[in-house]
This record gives sequence, structure tokens and C-alpha cells, in this order.
Amino acid sequence: MRRVAVTGIGVISALGADRESFWNALAAGTGGIGPMQLVEPDIVRFTNAAEVRGFRPADHFEERDAALLDRFAQFAAVAAREAIRDAGIEWTRDLQERTAIVTGTSTGGQTSEDESFRDFYERKQMRFSPFTIPKAMSNAGASRISFEHGVCGPVYTVSTACSSSNHAIGQAFWMVRNGAAELAIAGGSDAPFSPGMLKAWEGMRVVSPDTCRPFSKDRKGLILGEGGAMLVLEPFDRARARGAHIYGEIAGLGMSSDAHHLTQPLPQGAVRAMRSALADAGASPEAIGYINAHGTGTTANDLTETAAIREAFGAHASKLMVSSSKSLHGHTLGAAGAIEAAATLLALDRGVIPPTANFLGPDPDCDLDVVPNVPRPAVVEWALSNSFAFGGLNAALVFRG
Amino acid sequence: MPEEFKARVIGVIAKTQRIPLEAVSIDSTFEELKIDSLDGINLIFALENEFSVDIPDEDARAVKSVRQMAEGISHLLARKAGAQGSPA
Repeated sequence: MRRVAVTGIGVISALGADRESFWNALAAGTGGIGPMQLVEPDIVRFTNAAEVRGFRPADHFEERDAALLDRFAQFAAVAAREAIRDAGIEWTRDLQERTAIVTGTSTGGQTSEDESFRDFYERKQMRFSPFTIPKAMSNAGASRISFEHGVCGPVYTVSTACSSSNHAIGQAFWMVRNGAAELAIAGGSDAPFSPGMLKAWEGMRVVSPDTCRPFSKDRKGLILGEGGAMLVLEPFDRARARGAHIYGEIAGLGMSSDAHHLTQPLPQGAVRAMRSALADAGASPEAIGYINAHGTGTTANDLTETAAIREAFGAHASKLMVSSSKSLHGHTLGAAGAIEAAATLLALDRGVIPPTANFLGPDPDCDLDVVPNVPRPAVVEWALSNSFAFGGLNAALVFRG
Repeated sequence: MPEEFKARVIGVIAKTQRIPLEAVSIDSTFEELKIDSLDGINLIFALENEFSVDIPDEDARAVKSVRQMAEGISHLLARKAGAQGSPA
């Protein structure tokens, strides 16, 4: 089996419109959570969000193309362009035919759908734009990347709520590893800020009234975020031969289902995902130095994840650094795994662990070293990134620097 | 709490949970009724609609029994009546 290198990273998030502004904010511990601006205020009880500020579609797309793309698909395309440019890919017809694209999204184009449905239900507009369906479909981002770069190998989208991108990156990793693809563009995007979607999240009662404080005492829930991240994956030997910068390797994927409950997580499911990712990578638990946690900031996730990490890593759990970068870029749902894969790879590449921001003090049920508030310089060889979804679907990735 | 009010709360719980009315009493705990966290917030959604009150997230998370639920709503209704200045 081939080793798989990551040679390109593209990110658009609340921390900025490109990879370097994302990394600079992570490495400084400067968050992107602030007052929500994309949706009219006062329709929901919460007021803060992690929005991509100042994003103008016209800066990235022809007007006609922008009209055909929901914000989530625009984020996917923008992140993919940056990743492909970063990797220095020179397309040939042969390479385009052997390249895969796998994207993750939870919300897909529901923001566009919400607008159309609102026009119909509220304003009694009897005609729908023909763009509504192609804008709303979850594979719109993957298809757009395919058109733009002429990629005509396996292209598809995975939707497993907040695990979507980890599942997507994992599928692409396996394809490159076993030779089914020579190159892959993998990641995810989400843009859930529509009035209807926010009301639905309000109904779940998991959104924090102030900010996101993972693993902290007095944490009150998650902060919704938006954005996208894409990685370029290729065989390690090929990357080395062409002299590409290698951020790190994707070394393992582990997947599991709790088979338990729609919203209550079970530690055993997370444990199985982490153990199977370690086994897939051929790494011992003791090799791991850093975990980018799912760490949503909800009571249930953070204590369940802590228990799962303790069970999967045993005594080594106390030596691990575990941080949740969601405290900085928000919970980007189907994009979370991709944005956090980017954060993890950059942390390995550049030797700084992003902190868990907004930390007020320890919660005895979350007694790990969560790198509170202050970024930590550290040289780490192996890292793991967790994603857990409503519906009990878990996916963990193992990275090697 | 007036019996009529308690019966109304119990009625909403039985209907929302799809369990027989006689299975629910004012002293039932959510655990006894097999009401988990997702059911719990769904019940609160139903009761907010029934009584036209807004139950804050933190109060919602703390509720573990029918009595707590009824007392909480009763309190919110009293506060609402007070805020509107209507005679109690």
C-alpha cells in the first residue's frame, strides 16, 4: 500500500479567506467568533457565530457562475483552488482522469432552498428558479471543482452530518493509498446561515448564548460556523519525486457507529473509531502527541469525548495535548473535519498546537491537557483528529508529520 | 398548582410521547417515562406551544421530572401575567 502525502491545503473560514490567515489566527489563538451578521438579528435566542466576513462572490466567480452556486459550493471551489495552486498541480488529461474528488457537507445548499421556499410560502411567489435544485444539491461543491479543473475520475459527496468531511477525506485517502486514484482533492464545506436553519438549531438547544468553551467549566454549547477546506492528496513517493512541499501524511482512517441514539453520544463508538484509525495507520496509542478534538463545547460531547480518549489511550491520555480549534473557527458542521484536518496538518508542519480558546477553568469531567487559551510550541510526529455526528456516526483520521 | 393545569401538562406529555395518559403522573420522573434528552427538548417545544411561553435553554436542560416541568411553566406563566400587568 502506498503512503499518502498532503501537498496542498486551502481554507476559507471565520479566521480569514485563505490558508495563511487561518493559520496565523490559530497560531496566535485569535478567534473568529462575533455578532451574527448574515441573518437578520433577533430571530433566534443566540447572537454570536463564526461567519466568513467580507466574502464577495464577485471576487471569485463570474456573475453568471455565482448565481448558480450556493455559498457552500462557492466555499468548496475557493478552498479547492487554493489547495491545487498550493500543491503546484500541473494538469494533464491522464492525471485529470485519475484524480478523485470527495467532499463532505451536512447542510449542502439548504440556504438557497430556504430562500426559495420563503419566496413561495411567505411571498406567494408561484414560480421557482430553475437553479434551486442544482444549487441545493449536496454534491454541487464537488461538481463545481470537477468542472473548474477538468477532473473526471471518481467524484462524489458524503453527508454524515458533523463527520462528513472526515468520512470524505478518509475515502479519498483510501483511494490514493490503494491505487484507485493517483491524486485526490478532499475536504468539505458548509454555509448554514439561513433563517430556517438557525431556527432549527435553536430548537436543538445546543447553541451557546455567548461563545464556544470546549472542555471548560461553564461551557454552554457550540457556536455555529461556516467555511470550507480542501486538501490535495497524492502518493508520498510521487510528491517527493516532484519536490512538492509535504505538510504531512494521512496515515489512518477509523469509522464506527454508536448504533444507539440520534443525539446522545456513546463513548464506545468514539473509542472504536479512534482505535481503528490507529490500527489503520499502524500507530500505537503512545505514538500520538496531539488530538484535534471534536470538542463542540456542549456538555454531552466534551465529557463523552474525554471518557473515550481516556479509554482509547489509557495512561497515555494524560500525556496527550488535546485541543478544540472549534473555539476559534466555530463548529462548521460538515466542513469541520476538513478545517480541523487543515489545522492539524499545519500544527504538525509548523510546530505550534492551536489552543482551546475561551477556557474559563477546568471541568473535573474533562480532565485532559486541553492546551487552554495559549498556543503551545511543540514538535509532534503523530496526531489524530476526531469527528462525531448526530446519528452516532464517528470518523477519526490519523496524521503523521 | 391547580389540578386542571397539571392535567393539561400531563396531557401534552402523554400525547407528545405517545404513551397512555394514565402512565403519566405529576410525580413521574423523565427516567421512569423513558424520556431521554432529545425527547425532553421535544416536550419543551410542545409545552412552549401549548402555553405560549419561552423556556430558556438552561432551564430546559435542568428539568428531569413532570413536577419540575409543571412548576417551571407555572412560574413562567405567572411572570408573563405579571409583566403584562393583568390581574392574577
